[in-house]
Amino acid sequence: MWSNTLMPNDVAIRVQGLGKRYRLGERRGASRTLRETIMGFPGRLLRRRGARDDTLWALKDIDLEVKRGEVLGVIGRNGAGKTTLLKILSRITEPTTGRVELHGRVGSLLEVGTGFHPELTGRENIYLNGAILGMRKVEIERKFDEMVAFAEVERFLDTPVKHYSSGMYVRLAFAVAAHLEPEILLVDEVLAVGDAAFQKKCLGKMGDVARDGRTVVFVSHNLGAVAGLCSRGLCLDGGQTVHSGSATEVVASYVRSGAQGEPSDLARFRLPGVGREVRFTSVDLVCEDRRSVRCDEPLVFQLQLESQHGFRQLTLAASIFNSLGACVGTLFARRVFDVPPEQRVDLRLRISDLSLAPGIYTAGFSLGRGDERGARHDLDVVIGTPTFEVLGLGEATNISVWNPSWGNIVIQGSTLMVTVPEAS
Amino acid sequence: MAVPQAPAPEGVRAGGAPKTVIEPARGWVSLRLRDLWEYRELLYFLVWRDVKVRYKQTLLGAAWAILQPTLTMVVFTIFFGRLAKIGSEGVPYPIFSYVGLLPWTFFAQGLTQSSNSLVGSSHLITKVYFPRLVIPLATVLAGVVDFALAFLVLLGLMAFYGVVPTVAVLALPAFFLLAFAVALGAGTWLSALNVEYRDVRYVVPFLVQIWLFVTPVIYPAKAVVGKLQELGLPGWLYGLNPMVGVVEGFRWALLGIGTPPGPVIWASVAVTAVALVAGAAYFRRMEKTFADVV
Repeated sequence: MWSNTLMPNDVAIRVQGLGKRYRLGERRGASRTLRETIMGFPGRLLRRRGARDDTLWALKDIDLEVKRGEVLGVIGRNGAGKTTLLKILSRITEPTTGRVELHGRVGSLLEVGTGFHPELTGRENIYLNGAILGMRKVEIERKFDEMVAFAEVERFLDTPVKHYSSGMYVRLAFAVAAHLEPEILLVDEVLAVGDAAFQKKCLGKMGDVARDGRTVVFVSHNLGAVAGLCSRGLCLDGGQTVHSGSATEVVASYVRSGAQGEPSDLARFRLPGVGREVRFTSVDLVCEDRRSVRCDEPLVFQLQLESQHGFRQLTLAASIFNSLGACVGTLFARRVFDVPPEQRVDLRLRISDLSLAPGIYTAGFSLGRGDERGARHDLDVVIGTPTFEVLGLGEATNISVWNPSWGNIVIQGSTLMVTVPEAS
Repeated sequence: MAVPQAPAPEGVRAGGAPKTVIEPARGWVSLRLRDLWEYRELLYFLVWRDVKVRYKQTLLGAAWAILQPTLTMVVFTIFFGRLAKIGSEGVPYPIFSYVGLLPWTFFAQGLTQSSNSLVGSSHLITKVYFPRLVIPLATVLAGVVDFALAFLVLLGLMAFYGVVPTVAVLALPAFFLLAFAVALGAGTWLSALNVEYRDVRYVVPFLVQIWLFVTPVIYPAKAVVGKLQELGLPGWLYGLNPMVGVVEGFRWALLGIGTPPGPVIWASVAVTAVALVAGAAYFRRMEKTFADVV
């Protein structure tokens, strides 16, 4: 304890040999009845001698050290153990083996709006939710106005939150969460909610937290956010550490491994309130390894659409986002197309001459009507997938090392004239 | 991409770092009551939420806290007092049964609601850490408001019938504490069991019903104690039902009838203490799996 207070830059989280075993059938949603326990008794006696094939190690042999002020991004596909790790760190569930040491006050955000009660007003929920997240009453009172301003719900403070729109609800919930100021913050995917503008605001707030020198563990499917916000990365698969190192390195190797993004994951990237009548069913990057392109190559996307009742006169728009979530550019495809009822439609979008600088990017797609010249109406929007890496190996561009501070576009086609005025 | 890594500000560490160690717990663990104290503000807000929500969408609001025991008292008076002519130790039957119903209603509500409390709070348990004991404790505490409201009716009844309490009334808080402890003790057991075995949900209403009949709410305890002694058994055996001590204590403190503190009441106190400590220990032991099972 003494050494911690004396050295500002030492370890905030130390994890040794951490493991979590679930007995299958004991996981969430599988509560037993008394009858099952009684009837299962003879079976358990027999099984005790046999192989323990009814157990699952959700996490195994995890060793980890996070220094004070570091932001650790944890990535990996579904079921890799990311959430289990977070749940153990936040003391929600106990590990089966190993040991964790946390130095500092811990706050966890596994969900926004935990404990929000629909019958209570916005004001009442701020206090309730704040207390649940571990804030003191005086702390909530002090930050109250700031939270309300952040959420932009001043006028509805005394309205029960059940009358809130989903956007307002999420904003209020996040406002409370964003003002949690523990020394160690554990965050799970909470940014995957709300509209794009609000997500960006939240990402900004996360960045502030990181700059404040607090320790953050951030679990996300948004690889761009991990690469942009985190200093260190941890990639899990099957409950074990696959890769640990700098965040960009870990994200890049994960992207290269092609392990990300099962098709069913698309809903995770969909904005709320769209995708009802017509929707994307898959969104992929077409290239040799599906995950990376050279910076002089065109980007080709393969998209699939479906609609139950059919739709006419649709257009596609696409955007590219950098690893900080900022939009690098957008295109509106000129081609107008129809989607017949209950039939798949394949789209192939080719973007040439993009001149993207080396780095990690994500794409976003919108299906709708209208374009940049008039009011565009979106019918489905997915943002944040696929994630791809632009490699700096283009011979034409002659880039080997691109400094991130140079931006995201390799501006080409410039002309430089040099004249030396003669001294007269 | 290089993210500028800020050095930790010096101010953050000033108070010394609270160190948390997470390790798999084996066997019985300590009750960690200090941890509970740390989370007293959360406890306060959960109680406040329960009270607020309970009456927010009901037409009669807080009036329910009064109506429930009052109407039950009326029904009891008509059927047991008038028709069955059950003795009431010299005081009017309405006040006799109401004094019993007052702690009984508090206990029955506390037991029913706390036994469902953990399952009903699964959204909290799986998402955030706090000592889980806070949940059943908050539910029982929220019932105190109802109790206070129902107590006002008792004051009215006592004024109406001209019942003046003796100095024994000073012991009333102790008996209320006993009622609280019985509700909490039973509530911790049942809420923890309910997480694992949803059968509890069906058992509780039945349990409460049976428990009412073996508790001297409708009839005086003397009837049972007398019967026990006739059989050559000690009367305090009846006190093993801790609610006997509570109801009799209430009658003694408020009306000067019932059982004065003695073997019956001490038996109830002893049973309650054992149930409360064992319940809390069982709860703490099961606590670590709540988030996985609920």
